[in-house]
Amino acid sequence: MKLKERPTWKELPFACCIPEPGNSVYYKTGDWKTLKPVVDKTKCIKCGTCWIFCPEYAYEEDEYGYYESNYEYCKGCGICYRECPAQCITMEEEVVE
Amino acid sequence: MAKRTGIEVSIAIAEAARQANVDVVSAYPITPQTHIVEHLAQLVADGDLDAEYITVESEHTAMSACVGASAAGARVFTSTSSQGLALMNEIVYLASSLRTPVIMALANRALSGPISIWNDHSDVMNERDTGWICIFANNGQEAYDLTLMAFRIGEDRRVMLPVMVNFDGFILTHVIEPIHIFEDQEIADFIPPYEPLCVLDTDNPITVGPVGVPDVYTEAKKQQEMAIRESRPVIEEVFEEFARRYGRRYRPVETYRADDAEIVLLAQGSVIEAAEVAVDHLRDQGKKVGTVELRLWRPFPFDDLREVLCSTSIKQVVVLDRCISFGGPPGPVLSEVRSALYLEKDKPMVVGVVAGLGGRDISLEEYVEMFEIGEECLRTGKDPGEEPELVKIVGLRE
Ligand code: SF4
Ligand code: SF4
Repeated sequence: MKLKERPTWKELPFACCIPEPGNSVYYKTGDWKTLKPVVDKTKCIKCGTCWIFCPEYAYEEDEYGYYESNYEYCKGCGICYRECPAQCITMEEEVVE
Repeated sequence: MAKRTGIEVSIAIAEAARQANVDVVSAYPITPQTHIVEHLAQLVADGDLDAEYITVESEHTAMSACVGASAAGARVFTSTSSQGLALMNEIVYLASSLRTPVIMALANRALSGPISIWNDHSDVMNERDTGWICIFANNGQEAYDLTLMAFRIGEDRRVMLPVMVNFDGFILTHVIEPIHIFEDQEIADFIPPYEPLCVLDTDNPITVGPVGVPDVYTEAKKQQEMAIRESRPVIEEVFEEFARRYGRRYRPVETYRADDAEIVLLAQGSVIEAAEVAVDHLRDQGKKVGTVELRLWRPFPFDDLREVLCSTSIKQVVVLDRCISFGGPPGPVLSEVRSALYLEKDKPMVVGVVAGLGGRDISLEEYVEMFEIGEECLRTGKDPGEEPELVKIVGLRE
């Protein structure tokens, strides 16, 4: 949303309260990153360490039990890369088309 | 009917909080405010006040507890002084920006150093821009009355802002005065139960105090600025209702013998009543003098002040500041009064003095000296100081 389209001071909720619980999921912070984690599933042992350590709760488990980072929320901090016991995560440059 | 009772001003203020039927009190004892919270703690312990008294390890936590309790829908009261307020400062900003109408009794005391437990206004001036409604009392009765009115003002749905009631430490807090204390029922009629606007509730979760990203922060601040400005008519309404009910009228700007005065002394707090004695003394000598009191400090009563000072008989204002803005104007009240008048065509000259720092008494002769500074300024058309910006302290040993 463009800055001009955001709520005016009169439209903002009283004292900036957030009346809708959990709406932080709408706030996509993934565009902050310069490097993104890429999981090599051929080496992954499905331990979930990345999921536990990720400060952004960006990892999601797929139907086969593998973990993948959701780039819409991943901030590229590299913690998962550092903590993965199988060393199957690499940090690759984020390229915006 | 209200009974006129000999009572220590601190106890009267605590009684006002009890009569307002507060739900939560959180405070940390500090001289000269201690008797207020001591009395409230006793009332709670004895079962005479059905409230939660949250004991804390510091004022920072006291204000945090107050803001949290208010966000949860409680009517909240606290009291502090000087260093205590300075330690609260971070959370003082939150109370106003989160629109939690915490009521604070502020027993004004000097800030360190050197360490001073005595009265001046350096503590409140430090909080000038925190977004609280800020009112000054001159005597015990006013401190009691204004504490009561603070609940009505702050908790009004159109306001929802914290209120700071200022009264001079020791000079008022520790003095026994004859004060009209209302019957509990009269106050129950005047102050209805608090109806919060936006409440922390686990069944209907909301977020209070979230991050304000650059896209939002500016608009949030504008909203806050409009809230305090729009409290002006509500303050007026509450003053009016109080006068109607109880016969004592309060105004955002008060005057004494100012109607035909040429020179007025402008100040806040208990010094005003002492200055009135000096005014009577000078009037007996035929001098046209009076006083003007800025009772309401925030929101600043621009219109009322201009009405009193502009296009009237008043040609000269002497502003008495009770603290120094170091290296600056040099007094905060002086600077604000000057800026309020700046664009006016027919305005008096404004000169500033500082006195009564850290509990120093101001004598009758010193009030007279302040009026003489005004006379000289009026006669010569310029600030009589060595340099206009150099602080003129009355009662200083040179
Ligand atoms: S880089 Fe950081 S934010 Fe992104 S998935 Fe890994 S731990 Fe989470
Ligand atoms: S930490 Fe590494 S090995 Fe474990 S689930 Fe995540 S990517 Fe797979």
